[in-house]
Amino acid sequence: MHEAGARAVPTGLLQWGRFREHSAARASVWVLGVVAAACALAPLVAPYDFDRIDLDSLRQPPSFAHLMGTDDLGRDVLTRMLFGGRVSIVIGVLAAVVGTTVGTAIGALAGFYGRFVDGALMRMTDVAYSIPTLPLLIVLSSYAHAKVGAMVLIIGFLSWMTTARVVRAEVLSIREREFVEAARGLGATSARILLQHVLPNVLGPVFVGATLAVGNAIVVESALSFLGLGVQPPTPTWGNMLMDSQATMATKPWLTLFPGLSILVVVLAVNFIGEGLQQLLLPKVEKEAT
Amino acid sequence: MAKTSEKPVPMSTRPPPPLAPVGDGNESALSPPGRPRTLLATDKVSKFYPVKSGLFGRSQQVVRAVDGVSVRVRRGETLGLVGESGCGKSTLGRIMLRLVEPTYGRVIFDGRDILPLSHAEMRPLRRKMQIIFQDPYSSLNPRMTVRDIVGEAIRIHKLAATKSDEDARIALLLQKVGMRPEAMDRYPHEFSGGQRQRIGIARALAVEPEFIVCDEPISALDVSIQAQIVNLLMDLQDDLGVAYLFISHDLKIVEHVSHRVAVMYLGKIVEQAPADALYREARHPYTRALLSSAPSLDPARRKLRVLLEGDAPSPIDPPAGCAFHPRCTRAIKGTCDKEVPALAETTPGSGHRVACWSPYDAEGK
Repeated sequence: MHEAGARAVPTGLLQWGRFREHSAARASVWVLGVVAAACALAPLVAPYDFDRIDLDSLRQPPSFAHLMGTDDLGRDVLTRMLFGGRVSIVIGVLAAVVGTTVGTAIGALAGFYGRFVDGALMRMTDVAYSIPTLPLLIVLSSYAHAKVGAMVLIIGFLSWMTTARVVRAEVLSIREREFVEAARGLGATSARILLQHVLPNVLGPVFVGATLAVGNAIVVESALSFLGLGVQPPTPTWGNMLMDSQATMATKPWLTLFPGLSILVVVLAVNFIGEGLQQLLLPKVEKEAT
Repeated sequence: MAKTSEKPVPMSTRPPPPLAPVGDGNESALSPPGRPRTLLATDKVSKFYPVKSGLFGRSQQVVRAVDGVSVRVRRGETLGLVGESGCGKSTLGRIMLRLVEPTYGRVIFDGRDILPLSHAEMRPLRRKMQIIFQDPYSSLNPRMTVRDIVGEAIRIHKLAATKSDEDARIALLLQKVGMRPEAMDRYPHEFSGGQRQRIGIARALAVEPEFIVCDEPISALDVSIQAQIVNLLMDLQDDLGVAYLFISHDLKIVEHVSHRVAVMYLGKIVEQAPADALYREARHPYTRALLSSAPSLDPARRKLRVLLEGDAPSPIDPPAGCAFHPRCTRAIKGTCDKEVPALAETTPGSGHRVACWSPYDAEGK
């Protein structure tokens, strides 16, 4: 790209510049930032209480009093969206972090150490893959009593397998590269080689996987809420709002539309950010060289 | 860059290094007391890789990548190692550094058998032996700056007391390989192949090694850059007294840089000699074939034409006897296809060894 100009700029700024060039990612940062801020400040910005039942205004379509309408109990949908977003985003992001961390650790160890470690860890991954997720989720969450922290751990620990496989495959290819051999030749410890040389080079796919996992976790949380095993009413989440409105989707579309759209927008934004991050983290030359 | 690149490349063999007069005595008056001239020796090292075959991956066969090789590298000397692709050159180089564990044999570095050593015990020795790779694109971590790449060695071996000391050392190393210190904060992708190779050399030099394996260090570079890198390596040897194992399939370059040359075929050394002797009077038919495959301006050399037919046999199932006999024009039925020739000196004290039942004589007959 612009080599001449780039040379004068400190590298950190250069990379930030590269991220900003990815306009979808840049827009996504704003979108996600606004949504997250609004949700975080829900008690301040929300026009009503999230559990206030107003029997005079049941099932109203969007109006100036209720920007996103009201639900079957006359609760303000916008308010519930803001409060619900807190739970959904927190669960989505944290569960993705847990799942990605576990998956990266397992995949990296398996790929790096190979042989017996690889065999053991990957068979474990196969087993985890073959467990039917939903029944297990149902059993686990019935014990967890719908606490947010427990949901994060449960969803996270059930979604690391794909990351593990992707990371293992990447590590297998990176560890054969000559710069890894050079590090061994310098007397670097295995831990140093893994952390300094191998892992930084597999972060691209990891970030993409993580962003996908955010969306997945939000959706899984909704499924559990729908089954009555997620976060319990009256605490709203986008998931349980979506599920509650299923029966009336045709007649009162705003009840489905807003939570559905929010999930879509957040998941999409996180994906774009992941893509932008990948460009930031992977020097562009990688594409030229291979 | 200024100092190293302008020298023309004369196509002649190098005189022996000051510390290593021709001959094989273990001590000489020139070497410091208590320091044997041999820096590194392999003792019948072999590396066999199992080949998986069949549905359940049971391995019955092995690839004999390196098969009972004994060579020695003297202090301050360049040992050239030539051979076709896949003959085990690189594996041998990596065995010497213990980057590959040999299946059999011993590796003696500085009088010590290094194979039984633990990782921790190896670390101080790793300082003394380094490697330069063929592919300057895969040999540098794309996520690290030049400072981190070159400085890693300094940090691992704690060669610098302070951060500024470390930076000063890195700058000096970069200068030594003909690069400007400003390169420090840049990433490998910002450099050309030749510059990247220089960075790789700076990394190897950072620990002040006594021995460097150069694994085809120039074959991935443009011809115009090759001479620069070769001259840089030779200048560094003159300045620092470092010994090289110079692996290449380019006979011209090997002749230019090496004091002694070993020729490898299917995992075995078939001929080994001081560079000028090898190029003047190659004894092994395979060496002759290799030499005649390289274009030459010297009419005397053109007479030596020996053409090779066929491909090198598979190292999984090498031919019985001399592995070269199916392609050899001088093969003797009943001998070459039955018995393995030993690597033996042609005339005592010459340092010229050949493993052949019917070698050429000094006149090329």
